[in-house]
Amino acid sequence: MDETTVISCTVNGEAVEEIVPARLNLVDFLREKLDLTGSHVGCEHGVCGACTVRLDGVIVRGCLTLAAQVNGATIETIEGVTATGEVADLQEAFLARNAAQCGFCTPGMVMSAAELLTVNPDAGRAEIRDFLSGNYCRCTGYQAIIDAVETTLAGRKNGGSTT
Amino acid sequence: MSNQHMGKAVPHDSAAKHVTGQAIYIDDIVLPAGHLHGYVSMSPKAHAQITSMDLSAVRTSPGVAAVISATDVPGAIDIGPVLPGDPVLADGWVEYAGQALFAVAAGTESEARAAAKRADITYDDLDAILDIETARAQGSYIVEPYAITVGDAQAALAKSANQLSGKLAIGGQDHFYLEGQVAVAMPGEDGDMLIYSSTQHPSELQHLVAKVLGKSSKDVTVEVRRMGGAFGGKETQAAPVACQAALLATATGRVVKVRLDRDDDMMATGKRHPFHVNWRVGFDADGVLDAAAFDYLADCGYSPDLSLAILDRALFHADNGYFLKNALIRGFACKTNKVSMTAFRGFGGPQGMLGIEAVIDDIARHLGIDRLDVTKRNLYGRDGTRDATPYGQRVEDNILPELIDQLEASSDYRQRRTEITAFNASHSHLKRGLALTPLKFGISFTATFLNQAGALVHVYNDGSIQLNHGGTEMGQGLNTKVAQVVADEFGVPLDAIKITATHTGKVPNTSATAASSGTDLNGMAARDAAQTIKARLAAFAAEQLGADGENLSYADGNVLIGEKTLTFAGFVRQAYMHRISLSASGFYATPKITYDPATRQGRPFFYYAYGAAVSEVVVDALTGEHRVLRADILHDAGRSLNPALDLGQIEGGYIQGLGWLTTEELWWDGEGNLKTHAPSTYKIPAAGDLPADFRVAFFQGENREDNIGRSKAVGEPPLMLASSAFFAIRDAVASVAGNRLNPSLDTPATPEKVLMAIEDIKQRRDTEQ
Ligand code: FES
Ligand code: FES
Repeated sequence: MDETTVISCTVNGEAVEEIVPARLNLVDFLREKLDLTGSHVGCEHGVCGACTVRLDGVIVRGCLTLAAQVNGATIETIEGVTATGEVADLQEAFLARNAAQCGFCTPGMVMSAAELLTVNPDAGRAEIRDFLSGNYCRCTGYQAIIDAVETTLAGRKNGGSTT
Repeated sequence: MSNQHMGKAVPHDSAAKHVTGQAIYIDDIVLPAGHLHGYVSMSPKAHAQITSMDLSAVRTSPGVAAVISATDVPGAIDIGPVLPGDPVLADGWVEYAGQALFAVAAGTESEARAAAKRADITYDDLDAILDIETARAQGSYIVEPYAITVGDAQAALAKSANQLSGKLAIGGQDHFYLEGQVAVAMPGEDGDMLIYSSTQHPSELQHLVAKVLGKSSKDVTVEVRRMGGAFGGKETQAAPVACQAALLATATGRVVKVRLDRDDDMMATGKRHPFHVNWRVGFDADGVLDAAAFDYLADCGYSPDLSLAILDRALFHADNGYFLKNALIRGFACKTNKVSMTAFRGFGGPQGMLGIEAVIDDIARHLGIDRLDVTKRNLYGRDGTRDATPYGQRVEDNILPELIDQLEASSDYRQRRTEITAFNASHSHLKRGLALTPLKFGISFTATFLNQAGALVHVYNDGSIQLNHGGTEMGQGLNTKVAQVVADEFGVPLDAIKITATHTGKVPNTSATAASSGTDLNGMAARDAAQTIKARLAAFAAEQLGADGENLSYADGNVLIGEKTLTFAGFVRQAYMHRISLSASGFYATPKITYDPATRQGRPFFYYAYGAAVSEVVVDALTGEHRVLRADILHDAGRSLNPALDLGQIEGGYIQGLGWLTTEELWWDGEGNLKTHAPSTYKIPAAGDLPADFRVAFFQGENREDNIGRSKAVGEPPLMLASSAFFAIRDAVASVAGNRLNPSLDTPATPEKVLMAIEDIKQRRDTEQ
């Protein structure tokens, strides 16, 4: 029924070529075709941020982006940034501060926080709160998440790890 | 037993998987080729007779493998969890907009959805009851109204020096667990069914799936590793999709997944009960209550579900932390044509408490006394006087006076009150408000029989341990806490223990992980299992190793037997070689609790958990917008089993409560359609809504009851701490008119409602003058 299109892109450093339905969104593409289930589907409305992934270096909502749009692009997911170790300190800080309870929002939250860490290394708590306001978490009340991001920022400033 | 893990801030056992995206939720399970996706079509009508249902075009739609309606259900249609009233698929009529009509299984979700649209259904509309007042006027109740009484409220009211009455409308709340309802049904031999479900209540779900399939519980297995949030919303509400998936799997012989998308989830599944509270109280010149009469009217929606237990809990919390000498507390379980309201963190308790907190607030303003002083004067006593609740349970460990004193000091309450008064006097548009609210929350299921739990512990002969219990993991860290208990029993490191998915084949007949009781019940059951194994090991050591059985001590991965130290692994290996069973089930039934539903008297709760919060808000009197500037919380977790996890419950509970009371608005149109069924219109708190200054501390103490590790349950109570924010907003609104008049402000206190309350109070001030 659906029209299809062929896309080739780089996902977590690997070249991917797939035939996809024209209406398939990016997060479903990642989850269903590539088994990258770390990106979650929370609302499919572009509000909750559980589906946050990186597209050509910038975070996007996987549920508001079509797979067809990523032809020729580079995509990174939670699996990818975990493998490269670029957010190891952030992940460690999340773990230490119990910043994930059910964990469903966490991969998206980590992806968003990772962007903040690079675009605004001097962020204070107010800016962290503001930046993460596009990612819902129903469990933690955010305090632990903000603490974890703050710890990571401080750790990076000191040029060392957070521990 | 060693105390190496209990009391420590051990990370959540799944934390490393959560932060890397490796934790597997139901929707992540790789399904076999040929699996199908189910879609459930929902009623557009709030109340109607179904006059015809033609599904032939649905059946012939591309990709469709099966279409089922009520007539295709092989077993029972009703899946009401306690009382009947919830058809798995509509059976001749519909009672709320969003009710399941029929289910389709197709190769893809979009094929199933597209097919469902082709149904041809006709209805005869019936009158729909869409609000509490209409239900009351028409006598539309789930059960007849009932009351808890103590003393003689009417007589005492008549004699009281001062009287006040008021009412409060309390909004409901969608759970908005980030992971929506989802289940996978895998058919097996002999019509057996394996269900992967995101449920807080695997045993009930097992039973209900068996029931709709016309089978028995032995034929159905339910497994749940983790949920992506639940908050009560997956206690009974996980069952319909699981039953529908099982029916489709039976019809097709294939694996079927049913996952509700956010809009469907919000329209189809139950929520926190909206309530109206009407009250009339009498009090003396100091604000001390002589008498109180409360009417609690709950919007239960169309079916009983858990509403009776929820209304019970609301009535049990009408006192919050306050002594009521004379009280008449009436409950009305209103039946309306809305989705059936269900369990949600606090289970009616928060609505119960909000009523009396409104009373305290109004008395304070009426007498011109600070609300904190009225609060303190009405607290339960500590010395065997003024300690009986309206339902007859004694408040034996009332720590509230001490706890409130500590919080009053640590939050600089009096100082800030002075500053806020000055601020409000010098600012015409921005108004600040401050409030301290206490909480006392009863711990135990109010249906006494539910207070039981089982566990299964296997010690393998290499010294590693597999741990199972009947509780479910929804993010609260239950598995971690129970593992801490077992690790300390055996004196082994946590990584010697594997916590496996909750599985009805391992621990049967479990209660829901609910009522904050997960750790209390399952921790004790797991300890019981471990102690059974240890008793066998002690007997073995006495017999074979000549040890004094009483004197085994387990610590640091070793067992000290008299003078000898063996590794735990070496010791259990020897026991195994001597044919000692290293596997045991454990059981726990909460002691002391008794409650007589006929007289509505007894001891429904094993113990109480306490807490208090101070919130400071600023309100823009021109727009009604507001924010919490600072919140200070002092919470009683007893001797916390895991301060990191408990802190998370407190922080998360407060923010979730803040959402309930200030931003999350359920809005039904005149036809009974929920219009706020997506995050675009339904606002849960975001990171920016967190108080910029948020200070959370534990009250230092321990559970006087012999609860696991002398801890206290901490899942639900913190939600109620957010009432301090609501009453701070009320304080700010009252300041617009000189803090003398009581604002009429309902919840959620959205900017719109706050603005209306401000306009209203200004008008009343002006007519007074
Ligand atoms: S699923 Fe994409 S923002 Fe919620
Ligand atoms: S940890 Fe559950 S939604 Fe964030």
